[in-house]
Amino acid sequence: MTIQDMVRVLNARVLLGEDKLDTPVYTACCSDLMSDVLAFVDEKTVLITGLTNPHVVRTSEMLDLKCLVFVRGKVPSEDILESAEEQGLVVITTKATAFTACGLLYQEGLRGVPVPLEWDSDDK
Amino acid sequence: MDALIRQTYPVASADYTSAGQASGDIKRRLKKLGIGGDVLRRVSVASYEVELNLVIHSLGGELTLSVYPEYVELVSRDVGPGIPDLSLAMREGWSTASDEARSLGFGAGMGLPNMKRNASDFEIKSEVGVGTEITMKFNLA
Repeated sequence: MTIQDMVRVLNARVLLGEDKLDTPVYTACCSDLMSDVLAFVDEKTVLITGLTNPHVVRTSEMLDLKCLVFVRGKVPSEDILESAEEQGLVVITTKATAFTACGLLYQEGLRGVPVPLEWDSDDK
Repeated sequence: MDALIRQTYPVASADYTSAGQASGDIKRRLKKLGIGGDVLRRVSVASYEVELNLVIHSLGGELTLSVYPEYVELVSRDVGPGIPDLSLAMREGWSTASDEARSLGFGAGMGLPNMKRNASDFEIKSEVGVGTEITMKFNLA
């Protein structure tokens, strides 16, 4: 799907990046823990989050993410949006909760970033 | 061997607002040098993690970027408080981060293991009451 499809599925508002809505997306991740995003995401993906501090944008910058989806209708402050704009990020906001947003997108074919589901032999 | 680029960034303790600025600058500089792809992503993630560690845990310090023809080096030095148990600090999920750091989405205990995973070479030295020094190398070849 494209970011435009995500906007449709989530009934989202586009805050930044109107001109990049035709960007294809294949995977997404959903987290409020930037530590986890930094540790497990290694592709140019979409981040779905309820966190609206500057570190969400900085984390996206470090990982070259394509699109930020804020849930529950959250809109980050102007200065945060400005730094997202400098990076060319697409930013959208949806009224859906994180769980529902993920479910709707999964239903439409979007998948999580690949993380092995198998346990290692030394896992407790 | 002389570095092609050497730049030191001071990092203040508990300055959550500007945390990440040094890493942003490092990423832009490396990009200008034509470094991209996987190496750029690994340096960026590790520099952001180490910069955040300086902000969250240290009493202040600095981050130095050096670029050599064959590798990128990041060195983080701080003035304390030092890490009492390094093997515990290297364990995934172990964290002593403040509530403030956690409220920003950090302190999951992934920082040091994530730096080690991303660097080609990772070295950490720490002395309580003196400080911590982390050296990471990222091979360009």
